[in-house]
Amino acid sequence: MNGFAIVWSERALMLSGLANTVVLSLLGTLASLLLGALLTPVLVSRRRAPAFVALRFVDLMRCTPFLLLAYIVYYGLPSIGLRFDNWGAGLFALVLYNSAYMAEILRGAWMAQPREPIEAGLAFGYSGLRLFRRIVLPPLLLAAGPVIGNQTIQIIKDSAFLTIIALPELTHAASSIQSRRYIPFAAFIVAVFLYWGLCLLVEAAVAFGKRLAEARQ
Amino acid sequence: MSFADVLAILSGALTTIWMSAAGIAIGMPIGLGLALIRWARVPIAGPLVITYVSLLRATPLVTLVLLVFFAMPQLGVTLEPIQAGLLSLVLNTSAFNCEVWRASLLSFPKDQMEAAKSVGMGRVLRFRRIVLPQVVRASLPGLVNEMSLLVKTTPVLAVVGVVEVTRAAVRIGAETYEPLPPFFVALAVYLPIVFVLVSTQRRLERRMARSTAP
Repeated sequence: MNGFAIVWSERALMLSGLANTVVLSLLGTLASLLLGALLTPVLVSRRRAPAFVALRFVDLMRCTPFLLLAYIVYYGLPSIGLRFDNWGAGLFALVLYNSAYMAEILRGAWMAQPREPIEAGLAFGYSGLRLFRRIVLPPLLLAAGPVIGNQTIQIIKDSAFLTIIALPELTHAASSIQSRRYIPFAAFIVAVFLYWGLCLLVEAAVAFGKRLAEARQ
Repeated sequence: MSFADVLAILSGALTTIWMSAAGIAIGMPIGLGLALIRWARVPIAGPLVITYVSLLRATPLVTLVLLVFFAMPQLGVTLEPIQAGLLSLVLNTSAFNCEVWRASLLSFPKDQMEAAKSVGMGRVLRFRRIVLPQVVRASLPGLVNEMSLLVKTTPVLAVVGVVEVTRAAVRIGAETYEPLPPFFVALAVYLPIVFVLVSTQRRLERRMARSTAP
């Protein structure tokens, strides 16, 4: 039987892997965007100590390979009493790692924003969290949209690394089909094309968001 | 964890370093070649490069290295883990490098080309003496960024059996039942390497911002 026909006969496994990849990437993106948005004001804060700690955290994550972090969370942390199952470990590592990148992306966009709307917001009596949520964040997200899209693609690709901690995502499904049925080419090429499809979807969403942002101006 | 274990991780570090260096050295000129094919709008090859770059940029390295390692024997080519790993690194990084090179080629000022033409420079000379030096400089921050990304994805090569830093650390952790110490040694290997690349990139970006400022 042809390799692709075998993959088709195993489509239930392949699709559940794809669904898990989508869930992981979606949860990972949303949670790290949220945490990143909380971390950004700390990064640009004038208070030295918290800003210093936040900066070191971002630098540490930027210099660590994601796979090593996943290993540390899954195999290393249990020895100090923190035990996760593979979903918990995978999501924790994914969010911890990418929230640093999201914070850095939002910080970059923040620095490029004009001061005037913030001054106007202050003059209208906005302050603290309300100022950040209503005045600072919306144009920030619109300006950073394409870069956040790139990071989402990065998260989709990072989620494939979690196959090493036996998380049943797309690459894991392809591996399991190839090891039982000996059809490496068909199994992995189908996975590659599914990843490609996901990334093209993200790119389309970014383009759509950009048009929306232009229409608002 | 014994002294011999630390040495085992450090010998893994040598593998990580030489494979990263080889991947960068081979992938960078290939990326430039691909970017030039797109820049020159070569028929057939141009659209092929677009597809190649889009596909490779969307493929996780772990999926790619599994594909290369397990599927190549089906085509009659048996690869050692190291060879499969290096081939995957090159395929992956050349696609990203192509985008970096292309961006700086696209922003290259047209008037300089006209000026070079007007003093009678041929195509090759124009590229070698006028375009290349400036494009290399404009691409450097992006290329260094890509280098740090490449170093950070090398642990993935362990899935096909390349014994680099992370795999050496996992093995020691499994033998001693104390996984954290070898992981921290591994981290101590990666941090300075990636940190040097990341801060070089920042310095280059600052220098470029200064030189283009009015």
